[in-house]
Amino acid sequence: MSGEKSHLALLRILGPIHVWALGVGIVLVGEFTGWNFSADKGGALAALIACWVIGLLYTAVAMIDSEVTSTVAAAGGQYAQAKHIVGPLMAFNVALYLVFAYTMLEVSNAILVGDLMVATAGPDAGIERHGFVVLMIAVLCFLNYRGVLVTLNINFVITALAFLSIIILFFSVQPWSQGTVLQLGKMVTPENALPYGWLGVLASFQFGIWYYLGIEGTTQAAEEVRSPARSLPFGTMTGMITLLIGATITWYVCASMLPWEYLGFTFFPLYDAAKMTGSASLEFLLFWGTVLAGVASANGCINDASRAWFSLGRDRYLPAWFSAVHPTYRTPYRSILFLLPIALAFAFISDLNQAITFSILSGVLQYTFMSINVMMFRKKWPLGSIRRGYVHPFHPLPALILLVLCIITYGAVFLGYGSQLIAMVAFYLVVSLWFHFYRYRYVQRGAQFSMPWPRPSGY
Amino acid sequence: MWHMLSNAAWVIGAALILWMLWDWWKTDTTHSEDMLTSSREGEIEAVSEKHKI
Repeated sequence: MSGEKSHLALLRILGPIHVWALGVGIVLVGEFTGWNFSADKGGALAALIACWVIGLLYTAVAMIDSEVTSTVAAAGGQYAQAKHIVGPLMAFNVALYLVFAYTMLEVSNAILVGDLMVATAGPDAGIERHGFVVLMIAVLCFLNYRGVLVTLNINFVITALAFLSIIILFFSVQPWSQGTVLQLGKMVTPENALPYGWLGVLASFQFGIWYYLGIEGTTQAAEEVRSPARSLPFGTMTGMITLLIGATITWYVCASMLPWEYLGFTFFPLYDAAKMTGSASLEFLLFWGTVLAGVASANGCINDASRAWFSLGRDRYLPAWFSAVHPTYRTPYRSILFLLPIALAFAFISDLNQAITFSILSGVLQYTFMSINVMMFRKKWPLGSIRRGYVHPFHPLPALILLVLCIITYGAVFLGYGSQLIAMVAFYLVVSLWFHFYRYRYVQRGAQFSMPWPRPSGY
Repeated sequence: MWHMLSNAAWVIGAALILWMLWDWWKTDTTHSEDMLTSSREGEIEAVSEKHKI
């Protein structure tokens, strides 16, 4: 192999705009579908309460993540954080949460886009979604395989177009003039606002997560951004602001145009709201907005899941074979290809609700870890002991809020999908035992801690 | 038309997956395993590198 490079690494090529595209790109599909099932659980007002309460949860996630990841700038994001701050067993679990959350979200997006194509074709066409699912996952894996820059440049464009479609719909229905197009007073009345009371509000939190699920994925780009300490907090926080605006607008338009019973049932609330306006242009716009949001989300998910899997291989938590970097494209190509058939298999055998639930469960487990992680981080390395790109305010309030909201959300998930919650926790328990008693012997114990930090306080 | 689109989706998807498998095989047989798995956490690369697609 004379003349070839002896050393490979992921390419540091991204800026804040790519971080925004990665975070918002993964999440924005949640405004086009998913959040509205919270109306089924508790009514239209419960969906709004979930929007803001879960928004608070994710604001805490974004603030905490920005501080920790601006210090631990490595691929794997929360996995690398857990490895340095909590320990290897926690890190192994967190990496699996990440891979499951993103792969299941990718599957959900592919099913969504496939179903939308089938619905548009109509029942007479007699086609199935599988061909479109294969095309979407294959094209996005191909993009991710060929390079992170082109992947996230494309994600920026399609995410911006999808967000623009929501903004155009919002201004087209004259939000300043209730009663002209929007009928919020007629759709949400004191009698139907909370049809199942406060228990319904609690149950709605499960799907309220869809407004923001995945914003923490920005951290997976840590090793590929030019200036992690600046780009990651900036991209993540602007992404969260974008989503809070998008989520509130989405609820306002949809709740003002669709009865809550239908809102909690449909798979395409924004597309349906556009249809209700009677405008063919808006219908066309929101159809493509839904498709582009699904594509952007799956694209970001492939990027993030592959980085988490790649990091596990690099530290020998999994076979080192997975840590290969493509010599030309500088991407974790084996991890991308390994996860491709897994995503395809789940897209073929599972339905949208199952895939969404597994994604949400893994996400909430991860957020629970983050609240504990940041408290340990501040205790072991207090302010001033190491250089931070961003310091989140009011500590430990965001961490405590996050922990409490996670516990409430577990209750909400248990109400709807108790057996899946128990099955998933049992799965993580079994793989933890496997890691502790078998796999950890292969880990290079000293080499896995790469951050040049001082000894933790108290050690 | 929808049947044609669905069939085209299968063909294009399969072609892309085959291309990636071929490139994977070519890469693995052209370069040493030590070089391909040489990435280490915490390294800072030169920002002046060009990224060619």
